[in-house]
Amino acid sequence: MMVSYINKYCVVAKERVVVDAEEQFTSKDDSFSAFVKEAFKQRNSSYPKFFKMDSLSKLGMLAAEYTLAEESTDDLALVLVNKFGSLDTDVKHQESIQDGDHFFPSPATFVYTLANICAGEISIRHQLQTENIFFVADQFPVKVVSAYADYLLASGKAKRVLCGWIDFFQEKYEAVLYIVSPEGEKQHTEENIASLFRTLED
Amino acid sequence: MAELKEELKGKIIEVLNLEDIAVADINDSDPLFGEGLGLDSIDALELIVLMDKEYGIKLSDPKQGKTIFQSIESMAAYIAENRTK
Repeated sequence: MMVSYINKYCVVAKERVVVDAEEQFTSKDDSFSAFVKEAFKQRNSSYPKFFKMDSLSKLGMLAAEYTLAEESTDDLALVLVNKFGSLDTDVKHQESIQDGDHFFPSPATFVYTLANICAGEISIRHQLQTENIFFVADQFPVKVVSAYADYLLASGKAKRVLCGWIDFFQEKYEAVLYIVSPEGEKQHTEENIASLFRTLED
Repeated sequence: MAELKEELKGKIIEVLNLEDIAVADINDSDPLFGEGLGLDSIDALELIVLMDKEYGIKLSDPKQGKTIFQSIESMAAYIAENRTK
């Protein structure tokens, strides 16, 4: 049986960015757009495309930016999950085509009407040419994700795996990302994964 | 025409979410794609929607886009000549 470890984690929720239990960024602004912009800029990240993304991709990019800082991205796979898929953007797109007399669908909105675009944006930013998958589920499926990450490591398809939850719908957001590796100290167990998610309740 | 160019710059910044770029940063003759504002193919589609939504211009021939979207100058000239609203 594969023994793997959680190397690092990042939680983004309630206007805060926390990495390995340390608060990296906090904002008094409770609008998501202001918070995510400020938090991304704090990383000194020069990436104009970020500002054109939808909220789900911005959230994923932000969490990945903090998680992958000073980390090797060599053969890093992605296993992501959320509850609302791309529904927030789907609704915006739907609104733009609601009225036949003012039918102006935005191409820039339409391209984000799939949740796995978020995985694609992270891959482009960090130049990942690896396996990636984006599940949609009511809750984070710990068993499925941990088994999938371990399979990717055991089969040699990835050296490390960035796993987690990136969920956004109508200003409500949560992200938990963590790196799974064959080496480390904190074991990649269901209990340890669950403990990362409990930090969302703090 | 000067007023239209300024208006156009503002709309482009807003519609394309160009962060940290102000109206004053865009020169009338700057190329919009490539080395200028660095716009991409999705931005080009957004500009086509903008022409329709704001000025009532429907671009049916994609080949036209290359000439029209060369710069603010060329866009403004085309709009001034063809606008229906």
